[in-house]
Amino acid sequence: MAGGFSERRIVATAKVQDLTFAVLGVIVLFFAMAMLATLVADLLIDGLGRINAQFLTDFPSRRPEEAGILSAWVGTSLVMFVTALLAIPLGIGAGLYLEEYAAKNWLSDLIEINVSNLAGVPSIIYGLLALGFFVYGLGLGQTVLVGGMVLALLILPIVVVATREAVRAVPSGLRESAYGLGCNRWQVVWSYVLPSARPGILTGAIVGLSRAIGETAPIITIGALTFIAFLPPSPIQAAPPFLNFDWLNSPFTVMPIQMFNWTSRPQAGFHVNAAATGVLLLGMTLIMNGFAIYLRYHLRKGQRS
Amino acid sequence: MSQTLDEGSTFAALRDSGFLRRGRILARVMQVILFACAALSVVITGAILWVLISESWMFFRQIPLVAFLTDTEWTPAFTNARYGILPLLTATLWAAGIAMAVATPLGLVLSVYLSEFARPRVREVLKPILEMLAAVPTVVFGYFALLFLTPLAKQFIPGLSGFNLLIPGFVMGIMILPYVVSISEDAMRAVPMTLREGAFALGMSRWRTAFSVVIPGAFSGVTAAYLLAFARAVGETMVVAIAAGQNPNLTGDPREGAATITAYIVQMSLGDLPHGTLAYSTIFATGLVLFLITLAFNVLGFVLRRKFREAY
Repeated sequence: MAGGFSERRIVATAKVQDLTFAVLGVIVLFFAMAMLATLVADLLIDGLGRINAQFLTDFPSRRPEEAGILSAWVGTSLVMFVTALLAIPLGIGAGLYLEEYAAKNWLSDLIEINVSNLAGVPSIIYGLLALGFFVYGLGLGQTVLVGGMVLALLILPIVVVATREAVRAVPSGLRESAYGLGCNRWQVVWSYVLPSARPGILTGAIVGLSRAIGETAPIITIGALTFIAFLPPSPIQAAPPFLNFDWLNSPFTVMPIQMFNWTSRPQAGFHVNAAATGVLLLGMTLIMNGFAIYLRYHLRKGQRS
Repeated sequence: MSQTLDEGSTFAALRDSGFLRRGRILARVMQVILFACAALSVVITGAILWVLISESWMFFRQIPLVAFLTDTEWTPAFTNARYGILPLLTATLWAAGIAMAVATPLGLVLSVYLSEFARPRVREVLKPILEMLAAVPTVVFGYFALLFLTPLAKQFIPGLSGFNLLIPGFVMGIMILPYVVSISEDAMRAVPMTLREGAFALGMSRWRTAFSVVIPGAFSGVTAAYLLAFARAVGETMVVAIAAGQNPNLTGDPREGAATITAYIVQMSLGDLPHGTLAYSTIFATGLVLFLITLAFNVLGFVLRRKFREAY
């Protein structure tokens, strides 16, 4: 066989191979996107029509058309508030320590392995931790506080990893100039590192909270009820001291649990309610993630210029 | 006056001034606080182990370990109760195995496509979309599996029950896909460009370069992606709790429904579960098994991931 012929053939085969694989890649991609689109469309078709003022302002009920998610969305908001208040400062603290302070020794290694292992612990195991330790060990009961605490533990690794990445991206020249001006380590961290890492940390916090909003298993495990026909006490009151923390000790339910409960019932009417709750949940998580992606995109653009 | 004060004592005066001393104290206090935040992760892991072991202690005192691991029936609610974890474990492995059978080929094609074929601009659009897929709450995936995909699949798969392992397994595969892709694509992109250029210079196509240079080069990272994804599928709860049923069933047929470990824990938690009873301690005993399985895969995945980071 002539050399020229086989060379051309090799190139031609290579091109066909590449094209085939590129097409295969696009097909798989479309398949994944089609699943997401079908899921969203299915929820919208089933549930969008059910979302109205009555649905948002009524308590759950035996009759599907009278049921609403008032206690669920109030519960979700309160639990998220506790989660954010705990997970964000703790996660930032841990991330800062690991990046800015930790010496290279076995202790830092241990903490690092731990954080990455915690990220992989199934969420239901956190639920068991909370059930055995918070609910019974500390005797806190099945309350908003415990729900917020367990979700905070769950998203802690996400906030830690995001903080570390954001802090690592801060140019070391900035730190060195601050040290050169006589700052001590905390002053450098507080006044220079944290402000310039803020968008990255914020992105991680939003992604973490969006994960927490949709988490169901750990909240079920601590024994949160699925049928709650009252609201926790209001955080604001007319009489001094105007703030009331009784809501922390109130029983609660959250939107994913309400959706799970309605999905597992046989009546079709409850499935419509489940779909409507799903639309709201999906909307919230997608908006939060979209915002995080937007933030990261702008951040990267800012760094490039 | 200024001439008698040499530079050393100016420095000393400055150092001892209240302003700087307060700064030093604050820095010291903050270092301790930040360390406490980081050490919390170790405390959490310790607390998980302690709770799982201490709360399942009662279970293992009453049920011999051999019976727990080899008995083929899980019937804690019966009068003649049997506590063999095999039905729960096989259902868990079936569902996770099906998820991996979906996520492995799709994940491999997708990560090779994103790291070796897609143009940077295309990648910048596609990755956020995949992240969106990862952001969907698992309970929503469960609804989708039970009320949309299962009725649809029943028309094509004869003998498929309303609750089955096949469809939730498939949905979990789609669910962990973004996770597989992001880790293995990271690993592939860490392979140095010079290796690819060498392969191109030898006349290899992109496709052959990907499979004979990039994937072997990123092997530990890609393997780590699958190990971590498997751990995630084993621990996934809501999809199987909703769509795979809550009936412990030692089966070799994924068209049947069967409760996984996670589904069992959910089912028990939904009912009245008085603290200190044997029923209460079963969820911790099964949870301990679940934790040990995921821990093994996570640690292995962590070690492999670190290895590929060190390689280049």
